[in-house]
Amino acid sequence: MSSIAQKKGFGATIWDFMTTVDHKKIAILYLISGGIFFLIGGLEAMLIRVQLAKAGNDFLSAGTYNEIITMHGTTMIFLAAMPILLAFMNAIMPLQIGARDVAFPFLNSLGFWLFFFGGIFLNLSWFMGGAPDAGWTNYASLALASEGKGIDFYSLGLTISGFGTLIAGINFLVTIINMRAPGMTYMRMPLFTWTTFVASALILLAFPPLTVGLFFMVFDRMFDANFFAVEMGGNTIIWEHLFWIFGHPEVYILILPAFGIFSEIFAIFSRKRLFGYTALVFATILIGFYGFMVWAHHMFTVGLGPTANAVFALATMIIAVPTGIKIFNWLLTIWGGNISFSVPMIYAVAFIPSFVAGGVTGVMQAIAPLDYQLHDSYFIVAHFHYVIVGGVVLAILAGTHLYWPKMFGTMLSEKLGKWTFWFFFIGFHLTFFIQHFLGLMGMPRRVYTFGADQGWDLFNAISSVGALFMAIGVIILLVNVVLTSIKNERVGNDPWGDGRTLEWAIASPPPFYNFAQTPLVRGLDSVWIEKMDGNKKGMIFAEPLGDIHMPNGSIIPFVISLGMFIASFGALYFLDGDKPWALAVLIIGLGITFGSMLLRSLKDDLGFHITKAELLEDAKGGNTDGH
Amino acid sequence: MMKGIKKWRLFALMTTLLVFLAGCGREEISTLIPAGKVAQDQFNLLILSSIVMLFVIIVVSIIFVLAIVKFRRSKMGEDMIPEQVEGSARLEFIWTAVPIVLLLILAVPTVYSTFDLADVTSMDVQAEDGNSTHLTVNVTGKLYWWEFEYPEQGITTAQELVVPTDERVYFNLISADIKHSFWIPSIGGKLDVNPENVNTFYLEFDQESSELEDGVFYGKCAELCGPSHALMDFKVKSVDREEFDQWVTAMQAEPTPAEGALAQQGEELFGQDGLACISCHATSGAVTASGVGPNMATFGDRNRVAGYLEHNEENLKNWIADPQEYKPGNLMPDAASLNGGNELTDQELDALAAYLMGLSVEE
Amino acid sequence: MDINQKYTPQSWPEHPETATMEGKNKFIGFWLLLAAETVTFASLFATYLALKDKGPSGMEFSAAGLYELPLVFAMTMILLTSSLTSVYAMYHMKNHNFKAMQAWLGITVLLGATFLGLEIYEFNHYVHLGFGYTNSAFSSAFYTLVGTHGAHVLFGLSWFIALMLRNAKRGLNMYNAPKFYLASLYWHFIDVVWVFIFTVVYLMGVIG
Repeated sequence: MSSIAQKKGFGATIWDFMTTVDHKKIAILYLISGGIFFLIGGLEAMLIRVQLAKAGNDFLSAGTYNEIITMHGTTMIFLAAMPILLAFMNAIMPLQIGARDVAFPFLNSLGFWLFFFGGIFLNLSWFMGGAPDAGWTNYASLALASEGKGIDFYSLGLTISGFGTLIAGINFLVTIINMRAPGMTYMRMPLFTWTTFVASALILLAFPPLTVGLFFMVFDRMFDANFFAVEMGGNTIIWEHLFWIFGHPEVYILILPAFGIFSEIFAIFSRKRLFGYTALVFATILIGFYGFMVWAHHMFTVGLGPTANAVFALATMIIAVPTGIKIFNWLLTIWGGNISFSVPMIYAVAFIPSFVAGGVTGVMQAIAPLDYQLHDSYFIVAHFHYVIVGGVVLAILAGTHLYWPKMFGTMLSEKLGKWTFWFFFIGFHLTFFIQHFLGLMGMPRRVYTFGADQGWDLFNAISSVGALFMAIGVIILLVNVVLTSIKNERVGNDPWGDGRTLEWAIASPPPFYNFAQTPLVRGLDSVWIEKMDGNKKGMIFAEPLGDIHMPNGSIIPFVISLGMFIASFGALYFLDGDKPWALAVLIIGLGITFGSMLLRSLKDDLGFHITKAELLEDAKGGNTDGH
Repeated sequence: MMKGIKKWRLFALMTTLLVFLAGCGREEISTLIPAGKVAQDQFNLLILSSIVMLFVIIVVSIIFVLAIVKFRRSKMGEDMIPEQVEGSARLEFIWTAVPIVLLLILAVPTVYSTFDLADVTSMDVQAEDGNSTHLTVNVTGKLYWWEFEYPEQGITTAQELVVPTDERVYFNLISADIKHSFWIPSIGGKLDVNPENVNTFYLEFDQESSELEDGVFYGKCAELCGPSHALMDFKVKSVDREEFDQWVTAMQAEPTPAEGALAQQGEELFGQDGLACISCHATSGAVTASGVGPNMATFGDRNRVAGYLEHNEENLKNWIADPQEYKPGNLMPDAASLNGGNELTDQELDALAAYLMGLSVEE
Repeated sequence: MDINQKYTPQSWPEHPETATMEGKNKFIGFWLLLAAETVTFASLFATYLALKDKGPSGMEFSAAGLYELPLVFAMTMILLTSSLTSVYAMYHMKNHNFKAMQAWLGITVLLGATFLGLEIYEFNHYVHLGFGYTNSAFSSAFYTLVGTHGAHVLFGLSWFIALMLRNAKRGLNMYNAPKFYLASLYWHFIDVVWVFIFTVVYLMGVIG
């Protein structure tokens, strides 16, 4: 198999990406599709802020507004933030532990395509009779009453993409458990790998309750089941529990990898070992653990009673402790360091005050009686945007700059990066800081309009201006990406100069088989250790150069996902009664899915070998697959 | 130099204060201007937690600013390699212990207040005459309006809650359809209005609403309940006990017949032989049955039409002619569909408006 | 790993399911999947308990009066036995005795199919009594919980059958040994879930 060093046409490149099982290419797929969904979600955000720019605005109708807020939240959480983080996990984590690939390359591809088709399916609702309109939380009584097919698009789309995410979670867990390079003990793993590990464990345990809830929703809406039908003995609070048992860990699924990215950045750009590495690891685990015990703090006003509220209030407050540990350890990492304010570091530095602000308002909302005022007001809108934008999105932007050279072999412009940063950062605080006060002034969330007589006009106008700044920042980032790709100045293994972990000891981008020889890890920050020891080769290796076993590419993951996508349309329409074709579509779709699963299971797929001779030639020419 | 910094600080402080004062909002609706015991307790928690959190922010900010100012590469030198510090058990202990202490400071009032605000044990306490000692209001959330039933008094009103000041008022909340949330920001926090169970809590109104600029407190639905969620407002009139008792008595009385030819024509239109509005909208307050549409007994006394439009005949007529235009998704049929498909004439609308505006118990 | 390599009982490793890297990965990955399945069933159980005996006013059916305990007890015994026979199959797999393994798996499949048949009969019986899926919140929760388990049984059976047919000619090797092992692990999991269903749904249901 001599797929090494071939120039490919456009069609061949597309086919290559459709069939790839290479974690680095799948990372690019995640990044591009997550990025596109991020732009769609951002556009929806802009529409929201235009509508709320002045009192009594009629830019959007009430129904459309509800569709837009629902899709904004759902898109940003499920289709933008999580996939982009999965992109970094895919691109970097296997390199960080010196693995050849993830544990299940085939499933990795399947996970992506399921997410992708689920996301497309959900967004097609805009053109096929209306988007979901019950909020991203999709509370059951409103969701059951919602007309049209929007909610069904939501349930089916999220079910499909949720399966994809679950598969990705299992895959990363097994990869980290089984495929670490020799010497890479758990307590030598880079923080980003650790946070990937814990976030994956959260995915594993948090997504099933959501899937169950979504199935109940589908059964109730399509097959007249009665899980949430109150007059038939159903109970809508069950949905709230299932949703938040998923929903709260989901917040940590997003923020932990963000913490991981920032941990890497603080160490690299302070040129200093992470302060309190052990404490940071245990704080990560603790946050993941507590993440499952606090879901009811989203439900303080539901009427669960004072005992439940008090218990969940205290449990929630405790999370502030490990989070605080993290913040202080990061501060002490840069303390005494030698700080280079490159773009990733600027984001990391800006993250600290932004996230602390989001964190403290979180503690305020943990105070259950106070939350009776703050809940479902603009205060909570401000809070979770401070956490998600001030934490996760800043991490995504920082990670994009940090890992761009590793993923694409060229550096994003520092100058344009700084412009993006300042627009985005100022715009972010301008938009959301003032929303705390709107909430305290009595403005509920999810209102499509507000009367001029309630004293909210000025602050809403300011907030909308801020959103414009953020949009400009994102546009500059896009320009940056385009210009960088055109210039395409190639970089070496360690473009930031101070890389500490294994991903910086390999070419940018790495060859498709990753390390030709598996590295031997001698401690935390293994590349830094070799640098300090004056090791010219960059790393020492655990094995002699030899043949490498690689998995075959496959179109089957794409086909399995496509089958689910097709079947979903059948499921959507076949109960309408007047569409006889729908049942056929459902059966064909499921047939494609199960048929290709069976094919996969019955056909032996043993992979192929890259010979030592090919590796040697490759090392001389410096070629990598397709580049 | 020092002087400059001081001046800058003063300026920053003043600006912050100004923003904060401007940020208090309107007294009818702001949680920052509490007008009842519950809101006051919650406001106190807000202040307490803000102080604690401000302390955290200040500590972090000082370390943060010092770190990024002191250790920049331009100062440290391009090639300088810092000492690779592993960590410090003592520091880890400090920043674990101190936050725990801070959280304990917050935890105690949190737990106390959680139980205190949920304490409805005295709700059913009866005085010697067999009546409850406290007022109870049954609140039903409906698409997109609020019904307030006073079971002890045997009266029902809608959209405008009337309550006595300076005493506990208990609320039973339930939804007739979609989940809502009952929130009067300046009086106290919200409680969800679920379709499957009754939620109970209490509020206290310490200020008479007539002292407010608009004469009423503003209430909101705080849980997304459909297209017109944003418009599902209600108003609260708090009056002293004596005035409240008078209002109850007036509500219990039979409604007076309409006065004037126009209003009488409106009454006829409203009745069973006209558009049959009355089959959904009761015009007597002395009912306890749940209405399909809002009770109209106090319509003339209200602060708003449809919960949010200015209270004048123009808005009322527009609303009757085309309710979907003003509250999309609400359940009121438009007037034409009740009139055999014909639009109401301006004269008929005038008559209805005159009649409804005349419905009052506060004379 | 060479798929064509021939093994004898002597050269066959003690733990063929984890003897290769792929096998190890599958082993851990599958246990993790079972963790996710556990959470799934926990959610279904919690929902069932919350909605047990809940329905529209005047609902005819309640757990205490509905369930056919003798039938369910027989089903339980059959499924437990099938779990045991799959243990025998794995015993022979580890000893590289392919024919014996196939035979025991065949018995396992027959027992599983019997269980499934009885479950279909049971559901059919309830529906004929008038306890349909859309009757009440209780009925929806019952059928969804027990039916999800039934779907798992069906999937487990199909998996066994596919593996047995696919490998009937070529026997055991390092490539398919982990697959057999995981299928039997899955079968045990299904069995454990059923024990919970039998206890929580049927026994506790009849007791009240």
